[in-house]
Amino acid sequence: MNGVVITGVGLHPFGRFDGVSTTDMGVTAVRAALHEAGVGKGGFQAAFCGTAYGGVATGHKVLSRLGMTGMPIVDVEAGCASGGAALMLAAGAIRAGQYDTVLVFGTEKMPKGIIRSSFFEPWQEEAGLAATPSFFALRAQRVTMTSGVTKDHLARVVVKNRRHGALNPDAMYQKEISAEEVLASRVVSEPLHLFMLCSPNEGAAAVVLTRAERASTATAAPVTLAGAVLRSHLPGSVLSESTPLSGLTDDTVPAPTTLAARAAFEEAGLGPSDLDVVECQDTDAARELISYEEIGLCEPGGSGALLASGATELGGRLPVNPSGGLLSKGEPLGASALGQVVELVRQLRGESGPRQVDGARVALSHTVGRGANAGVVILTR
Amino acid sequence: MPERLMVRPGLFTDGDPPALLGSRCAACGSHHFPRHDTCPYCSVEDPTPTELSGPGTLWAWTAITAAPPGYSGQVPYGVGVVELPEGIRIIGRLTESDPSALAFGQAMELLVVPLHTDAEGNQVVTYAFAPVGAP
Repeated sequence: MNGVVITGVGLHPFGRFDGVSTTDMGVTAVRAALHEAGVGKGGFQAAFCGTAYGGVATGHKVLSRLGMTGMPIVDVEAGCASGGAALMLAAGAIRAGQYDTVLVFGTEKMPKGIIRSSFFEPWQEEAGLAATPSFFALRAQRVTMTSGVTKDHLARVVVKNRRHGALNPDAMYQKEISAEEVLASRVVSEPLHLFMLCSPNEGAAAVVLTRAERASTATAAPVTLAGAVLRSHLPGSVLSESTPLSGLTDDTVPAPTTLAARAAFEEAGLGPSDLDVVECQDTDAARELISYEEIGLCEPGGSGALLASGATELGGRLPVNPSGGLLSKGEPLGASALGQVVELVRQLRGESGPRQVDGARVALSHTVGRGANAGVVILTR
Repeated sequence: MPERLMVRPGLFTDGDPPALLGSRCAACGSHHFPRHDTCPYCSVEDPTPTELSGPGTLWAWTAITAAPPGYSGQVPYGVGVVELPEGIRIIGRLTESDPSALAFGQAMELLVVPLHTDAEGNQVVTYAFAPVGAP
């Protein structure tokens, strides 16, 4: 997708912020992104806002506070991939010639604890078949069967991401954790312990997209949006993020992440071997390993070995989740994908300080969740 | 007079033995659960109603240790995936709540089990899978 660049990014830290509203956080992130891009009132022609729990017209409330309305403002909900969906729509509109500059942001305040989703029918809750961690756990158990993954691997994902998160002042958890501590935390749903699950929380992120030729004078080092793809699931996998009650005994149905990753690589004219840094969905420790395989960072069945090689740690061949991932940052649904993009834009600019991936030129962001929806974004400089 | 109520009518039969109410697509041959009015795999309409009864084999399993929102039954409780001979995998509760007591591929049969008693004193029941031969 040549021709679309990111000229500004902004973030409201991820965590718990009593007394700070969804709108307040959105304002913080949007103001920072517009300032960085040098875009003021009248400087963008459309806005897309990712949110799942924000309620009606979340994006309008944020831009009303800034006195920047009049243009189309559209809220986008695609579960964990809401921000990726918003980015895809914005980039497509620019590429089609509809707009020159578009503001994309996401803002969210999640309820605490297990996410209660309107996605399930009431009887599923009553029958105990709507507990999100149980689906994560069943997927985790399958990856232990197919990929040589052990509980020690699962703990190591958490240790890695929390080590990265300790270097990120915008993360919810900025303290390292040991494998022993992870394995000593209570079992939520075997094989997943409490510290292997991310916390739903609060935060906001914003990105300014511009047609490349418009940006040449505005920004010294724009980052190119090389691909932005949203895909939904194909039916057949009983453990798909679409959480069906049944599926086929056919393990060849591609996951939505695989569909999105393939399309994004094609759009960018790149492949997994070109990547320097990745931010991927780590709702739970096993999900990061499943993401390795679905994105194509390793062969099917190779995720345990890839992790164990150290390649995905900072300093390794292909660092994954240098921000600390959702396991350190927490997950505000509508903001999480754009939070990844903010991290990766800063990585590509060389602004990431102690967690900088040296010489990073190609980056991939991945989110997947309810729907099922999967979003993959590829950035280059 | 308290009754025995299905957690959702139309999902399963409460006979001996019980069965899951599914459907089969005449066009692609795939089985569905719950019953569909359009095949989710090939989008052909009006699949044939069918009953799925097993026994099947255990494909994945876990247990939930704390009551999730909207649930008032016992904890811990088992949740798992059972593969039936029709080529379909079904998500359901397991009567076994200790994951270490279960093994991949073991034979599982369909049961209807109590979930909880509602405010009017009715016993609410659901479908579940149990290891074949379990007491």
